[in-house]
Amino acid sequence: MGKADPDPDIRAQRLDRETVERNFADLHPPLSRSEALIEADRCYFCFDAPCTTACPTGIDIPGFIRKIHSDNVEGSAHTILEENIMGGMCARVCPTEVLCEEACVRNTHEELPVRIGLLQRYATDPVIAAGKQLFERAPSSGKCVAVVGAGPAGLSCAHRLAVLGHDVVVFNRDGKPGGLNEYGIAAYKTVADFAQREVEYILAIGGIELRNGVCVGEDVALDELRKEFDALFLSVGLGNANALGIEGEHLPGVEDAIDYIAALRQAPDKTTLPVGRNVVVIGGGMTAIDVAVQSKRLGAEHVEIVYRRGPDAMGASRYEQELARKNGVAIRHWARPRSITGKSYVTGVVFENTGLDKDGALAATGEWFELPADVVFKAIGQRLDAGETGLATERGKFVVDDDMATGVDGIWAGGDCVATGDDLTVTAVQHGKLAALAIDRHLRRRGGT
Amino acid sequence: MADLSTEFLGIRSPNPFWLASAPPTDKAYNVNRAFEAGWGGVVWKTLGEDPPIVNVSGPRYSALHGNDRRVIGFNNIELITDRPLKTNLDEIRTIKRDWPDRALVVSVMLPMNEETWAKYVPMIEDTGADALELNFGCPHGMSERGMGSAVGQVPDYIKMATEWCKKAASVPVIVKLTPNVSNILPPAKAAKDGGADAVSLINTINSIMRVDYDTLTMYPSTDGMGTHGGYCGEAVKPIALNMVAEIARTAETRGLPISGIGGVTVWRDAVDFLALGASNVQVCTAAMVYGFRIIDDLVDGLSRFLDEKGMTSVADLVGKAVPSVTDWQYLNLNYVEKAVIDQDLCIQCGRCHVVCEDTSHQAITKTVNGRRHFEVIDAECVGCNLCVSVCPVDGCITMHRLTEGTDPRTGRPIDDRKANWTSHPNNPMRR
Repeated sequence: MGKADPDPDIRAQRLDRETVERNFADLHPPLSRSEALIEADRCYFCFDAPCTTACPTGIDIPGFIRKIHSDNVEGSAHTILEENIMGGMCARVCPTEVLCEEACVRNTHEELPVRIGLLQRYATDPVIAAGKQLFERAPSSGKCVAVVGAGPAGLSCAHRLAVLGHDVVVFNRDGKPGGLNEYGIAAYKTVADFAQREVEYILAIGGIELRNGVCVGEDVALDELRKEFDALFLSVGLGNANALGIEGEHLPGVEDAIDYIAALRQAPDKTTLPVGRNVVVIGGGMTAIDVAVQSKRLGAEHVEIVYRRGPDAMGASRYEQELARKNGVAIRHWARPRSITGKSYVTGVVFENTGLDKDGALAATGEWFELPADVVFKAIGQRLDAGETGLATERGKFVVDDDMATGVDGIWAGGDCVATGDDLTVTAVQHGKLAALAIDRHLRRRGGT
Repeated sequence: MADLSTEFLGIRSPNPFWLASAPPTDKAYNVNRAFEAGWGGVVWKTLGEDPPIVNVSGPRYSALHGNDRRVIGFNNIELITDRPLKTNLDEIRTIKRDWPDRALVVSVMLPMNEETWAKYVPMIEDTGADALELNFGCPHGMSERGMGSAVGQVPDYIKMATEWCKKAASVPVIVKLTPNVSNILPPAKAAKDGGADAVSLINTINSIMRVDYDTLTMYPSTDGMGTHGGYCGEAVKPIALNMVAEIARTAETRGLPISGIGGVTVWRDAVDFLALGASNVQVCTAAMVYGFRIIDDLVDGLSRFLDEKGMTSVADLVGKAVPSVTDWQYLNLNYVEKAVIDQDLCIQCGRCHVVCEDTSHQAITKTVNGRRHFEVIDAECVGCNLCVSVCPVDGCITMHRLTEGTDPRTGRPIDDRKANWTSHPNNPMRR
């Protein structure tokens, strides 16, 4: 037996409460009225606007900005929410730098796009805060649809169905609705419990019954739902985090990033969360960035993200990578973990350098290095637990058509659990909307309304 | 750097920028600050009879704003000076003594009887002022009392009052014209006929700025009621330029010296006025929006511009563009231009396409070979300049003259001979 490892340096309250509160305040503070008016002035009101094309939900962006420009803020919110009922959350979490703002024609001659995300927030915040309903439900169809999952796809689908006159029951496995909006997004992107306020706004349309803490497949069988409801929308998201499959993975101190992010969001006092002194994050997506930056902002001394490929292959945008660096997070590319060291708890991670071989495939270079770690976060994606649904899958996710139909009569699916999902709130919202429109057509075709 | 010193009616000033008769020239304090800042001259705020008029103690001004709160247009209901005549005369005398190299003109507004003019004009002249400017222009308040634009809208009154003033005055007399007329030429002609040494224009334009969206009453208001005021600022410049050019190019008024007023904000605006026939310019709104130090750029910019043009004095520029102003009927109808979009500068906003498609001649593509691409269709383009006007990128869309071949829109060969409406076959009145 060798010498025992030194105790891991993991503890709460690395920073005082005031500092932590400042570190977890709004990442991008909202625009004031005068800022919004000036920013709205910068929009060229493009024909067939590239920003709208780039928006997964197809929001009429020049249209809503023009309404901000004319001080018609409520009309602006209507323009946004009619395409994307989670326009408020998307304004906060969308990677606009690779969506609408990347497409803004202002990039062409001044490299400074209109700040569409912030304008969208400016328009939607007052409506959500005031709880003002901008949509009316159509006369009741007498139909009832089950939505499985209360994340962005499920709630978007439920809201649109409710507007169209159908009743909806949402089955939510979690204690609170919102899915990843509630559990999976960095705290400083959605302060002041915005995710819950947005869900309340969505549910206030009426006709949507939310059943929290009900896991379909365990508490209630999918087949029962099929019998009981006129249609079914599956928006179950992804389940378990992927494993590294290397030695030492089960040592204490090795955690799934999504669990830590969720704990952070749910902690009323973030100083109570234990934080490692040396933190290593394995992965290259938004989850990796979120867990790394938040660890840093909780007081971790050294945080390093290690990703097996180069910066362009990272799921996190260049903007997010830059955000991490600005927060003091180191990003190391071209290395993959080979083992996690430690006896009774993690002390480090051994990596081998990688590169592309002559065929362009990822290959080891034969060089190795070890990073000391008190905590290791795994952020290499999650997988779908398709269970006994009997639905077709492709690369581990449900296969759907353009209408989000699964091919099984009466079942639609959308969000991260389908093959066309891309882990973005905005895409999930669009899936829910498309599915609701398709379900509505289906129910009306069948008659009886 | 070109010397900007100017002589207007024999009055010398170090530059052609005078402050117009208005709130900035109501007191010695303001005028001292203006001269310290470098203004070439001032026209003292309009004097009237004693006892002085009174002004409202509520809002006198309001603005038309861009979204960034930039003032585009401006409106006022202030009347002439509300200070005792003696106070003004004493201050004018002191200022002229302290600033002998600057132009000091005094604006006057008096009722329509000769005795009053005979009484007040010598008192004003006694201050040493360089000239008088007759305020026949204010469209609010004073016009209700038969003065200001009430005079300026009736050529006979203009002539009459100008004659009275000239009879009593030994210094030059400038008549300030109101734009609140359908044709500026009869008032200008009347001033000339009455013996005016020069005209200045424009005064402000009758206007109501807006309503209050909460109360649905006129805005701004004085205790719930509002009244029309005079509109000025950048937005009125094109109206002023037309009136200046009309006077400069019309045989009956040509040669009458003009002091140009209306929206001068930057030195380029002065170039417009000077080239279209004004010999100097007067400024008010820009100073009220930004303060007196804008004079630095006005002087510096104009001087560098003259250098660039190889001109050595302001006089070289005066009237340069007048010969290029004509009646529509004399425009060359054989002249053909087409818009050309510089694809390297195009930022793909598509504004040119949509405005041409919706409101003009369907002459700009939206896609070429299935790709977003904006290109002028010469066979449809009438050369209207709309796309140039709306394009957000300066210099991206330009107009190019066709000099040979045929116009693909009309199928007619390009004819380098000039031909205008007066001889056009479609003109029933052709000569």
